Amino acid sequence: MSDGTDSFLTSADLPLTTVTGAVTTAGSARSGERPGRRVLVTGLGSFWGGRVAQALEADPTVEIIVGLDTTEPTVELERTEYVRVDANYSILARIVKATQVDTIIHTFLIVDPTHMSRRAMPELNVIGTMNLFAAASSAMSTVRNVIVKSSTVVYGCAPEDPVWFDEETPRSRSARTAPERSLEAVEGYVRDFAEDNPHVNVTLLRFSNVIGSEIETPLTRALQLPLVPSILGFDPRFQFVHEDDVIRSILFTLAHSLPGVYNVAGDGLLPWSEVAALCGKRTAPLPPFFTSAFTNPLGRLGVLDLPEDYESLLRYGRGVDNRRLKQLGFRYDYTSAEAVEAFIESVRLRKTLGENEFRYRYERDVEQFFRHSPAVVRDKGL
Amino acid sequence: MTPPGAADGPESPAPTSSVSAMGSAAPAGALVPFERDESRRQVKVSRKGDVDEWGRSERMRGLARTLYGPVYRNWFRVEWEGLEKIPTNGGALLVANHAGAIPSDAPAIMHGIETELERPVYGLADNFFRTLPVVGTMWSRLGGLPAHPDNAYRLLREQRQLVLVFPEGAKGPGKTYRERYQLRRFGRGGFVEIAMRAGVPVIPIAIVGAEESMPTVFRLPSVARIVGTPYLPVTANMLTMGPLGLVTYFPAKIKMKVLDPVRFDVPPDQDRYSRSRVMDESEKIRDRIQDALYEMLRARQSVWFG
Repeated sequence: MSDGTDSFLTSADLPLTTVTGAVTTAGSARSGERPGRRVLVTGLGSFWGGRVAQALEADPTVEIIVGLDTTEPTVELERTEYVRVDANYSILARIVKATQVDTIIHTFLIVDPTHMSRRAMPELNVIGTMNLFAAASSAMSTVRNVIVKSSTVVYGCAPEDPVWFDEETPRSRSARTAPERSLEAVEGYVRDFAEDNPHVNVTLLRFSNVIGSEIETPLTRALQLPLVPSILGFDPRFQFVHEDDVIRSILFTLAHSLPGVYNVAGDGLLPWSEVAALCGKRTAPLPPFFTSAFTNPLGRLGVLDLPEDYESLLRYGRGVDNRRLKQLGFRYDYTSAEAVEAFIESVRLRKTLGENEFRYRYERDVEQFFRHSPAVVRDKGL
Repeated sequence: MTPPGAADGPESPAPTSSVSAMGSAAPAGALVPFERDESRRQVKVSRKGDVDEWGRSERMRGLARTLYGPVYRNWFRVEWEGLEKIPTNGGALLVANHAGAIPSDAPAIMHGIETELERPVYGLADNFFRTLPVVGTMWSRLGGLPAHPDNAYRLLREQRQLVLVFPEGAKGPGKTYRERYQLRRFGRGGFVEIAMRAGVPVIPIAIVGAEESMPTVFRLPSVARIVGTPYLPVTANMLTMGPLGLVTYFPAKIKMKVLDPVRFDVPPDQDRYSRSRVMDESEKIRDRIQDALYEMLRARQSVWFG
């Protein structure tokens, strides 16, 4: 921090001085009672970014929340500052420097490949993360906590897999699909960053298939079809985690500063046929051989949306060991079966009440943020 | 069947009373347990099926026992010797010789132990099984799972179950009738290492009769390569019964002899064990099964009547 900044802050006598003071004395993030956590949330326009920001707003120890995304937030936010950025997050270094955030929650990673070309996703995931870490590891960086939302997709899905993956189990086969490869690259950057910055608490959370009342994924879409797709002769076991548990786990690791890798998944594995039965649906088996020859035309017709990853998941399923986070005191609100039940409850509710919810629209731009936001530490250079 | 602290089924939600107990074991940063908000917990579900975390279904297993029972009693007329050497509780790794083009030994052992000792047996099999539609799922529901060290460790160490493994792997059933009862290599001794790590005994079982129930006359390795199976046998059953021979065993008398359990006086949960020790123990167990087989064959009067 330059001398100019300090003199500026003292002369203006802003309450921010105390905050920056606390931040520069590093490590103190662990104490928890320190007022004014400054949090940066990536992917604010996405489902997760919005939900995390909402949850953070309810937390009085969080003073500043800055959200970044290429698209406007889709949920109503009271005190989160939204900054529109380009897809590569190239503006990030400036934002980190300007807002002096101490925590970055990286929810931006895209796992669902359906609405994105095979090339765009690695671009977004990998380059975005690279820029994020470049910004966080700059010499002036005040960042002390980084939480990355990854997915159990990184474990892959193959017949050689163990029934349970723990955080250290290697993949059985090398990554092939776009989401797997991009997440693997991202996790590589996360590891490198954690190694190069031992003073930063880096938490990597790997979430299994998320389900719940609001989120939309290829699996929730499949479960809402008149007939649930399956592969003939296969009935793999699935593990789910409820969207609320996802948010709670992010807040939990944030509150307790838990560096490391953690699987986040509900208890229990459910056979796909039982998942369909819980949803009150019958399954429509796809042929077990040359499956993609059938799914691809169906996908093009818009009948069925089954990405490559999910096809292998419908054969072999995937289970992850969730005990590491539980041993640290985290309690899941939902088991796998309960998460599915919560999902189908909300589908039922939506059907009876209709989709007449208020669509939130966000209208403000980056310039206004820089001019009026108290989140920006006003440096003379800016 | 569910271990304490493991990923519980929904029928046994994590007890909230244990929160403080867990907190004491947690690092300093996480002493305050995250409260489970019961009010937000709107759903309570009872499972619709009984498929456990390994894919085994007791209902399916019961059905299989009913159907397979007559085959076990009247077709193979299975006889056990030394069944009392298999513990009625606690984990143990059962190791046996493997034979028959479609091995008839695995279901016989699993059925026998389940009916006699009334405890489940999980059978480890080649991953290849899992890639087969219907067969893979059936195998899984009946207590089979892919032979991954992590699976075996979790079953043996944490859940104290019986696990059955055929260390010969696909080489056992893949051999021809001329090579019958000649044990193949016992892999790389991985089963010994798992038993050491899990701290459980290895219980060797010698089986006579499975070889003759579906003998392989010759193999078609080039066809196997095209089809993608580990081996492709032409069995005597196929030659005599035609297509029916694909699924029909000869009524060979099956005799099984449980040998004395082998215990390793090594501490469990080590990162690695002496390779030479592992190979030695593996070789010793193989020799003991081989000797028992020769002994049983010498005593056998007839393939069909024992």
